Amino acid sequence: MLSSLIMAFIVGGLICVIGQLLMDIGKLTPAHTLTILVVAGAILDGFNLYEPLIDFAGAGATIPITSFGNSLTHGAIAEAEKHGWIGVLTGMFEVTSSGISAAILFGMIGALIFHSKGQHP
Amino acid sequence: MDAKQYDHLQQSLSPKPSILKNCLKAFLVGGIICTIGQLITFFYITYFNFTEKTAGNPTVATIIFLTMLLTGFGVYKKIGQFAGAGSAVPVTGFGNSVISAAIEHKTEGFVLGVGGNIFKLAGSVIVFGVTAAFVVALVKLILVTMGVANW
Repeated sequence: MLSSLIMAFIVGGLICVIGQLLMDIGKLTPAHTLTILVVAGAILDGFNLYEPLIDFAGAGATIPITSFGNSLTHGAIAEAEKHGWIGVLTGMFEVTSSGISAAILFGMIGALIFHSKGQHP
Repeated sequence: MDAKQYDHLQQSLSPKPSILKNCLKAFLVGGIICTIGQLITFFYITYFNFTEKTAGNPTVATIIFLTMLLTGFGVYKKIGQFAGAGSAVPVTGFGNSVISAAIEHKTEGFVLGVGGNIFKLAGSVIVFGVTAAFVVALVKLILVTMGVANW
């Protein structure tokens, strides 16, 4: 258990360092950085490279935003395998619905209970 | 002291943003968030019969719930100022951008304000994620149909 916690820490931290380097050296805005990471995750899954990273690092690979791109591609490919062309479109959110639905739901609840004092960094 | 001297003095006194230091902070905070995620994953595997593969979804939902509390109480903003990409890259950063937009635009009403602006910041991630996934899956489907690659 301890070793998987350490792996999650190291791999998750390293993905964040890549993001920080894109921001500091690449002079990109956070939005551009996150967009690049999501696209990178989607492409890595196309080569079947992201799932091994999850097996290896657990939450270190599923918590960073790259995992969102991976899940989108994963759902699309899984459905394409079953249903061909149509599956590419319909399978997209098959795996990764929880992140978006949780964000919308908790965003709504947050708006109901909290008042604005400039929460965004 | 004239303006030029002042500029020079200000530049020599203000702290230089160190890339190494920023990366270290991002590594630490990002690593800690992922470690918390791993602990939540263990919790779901042990008590709710999830497997390593299926525990990811409830973990993400739980961690976004925690983000809502931190965002609402204004703590996440402070973490973000310290950690940079360390708090932006994990899914908590995605949650924070959605939740903070929802809270901030509440004054404009729930339909036009909250509903209309909730994906103002996170929208580009979803749009480009979906587009990239579509292209990747389509290319792979074509390659497999041609017999060049395997699923």
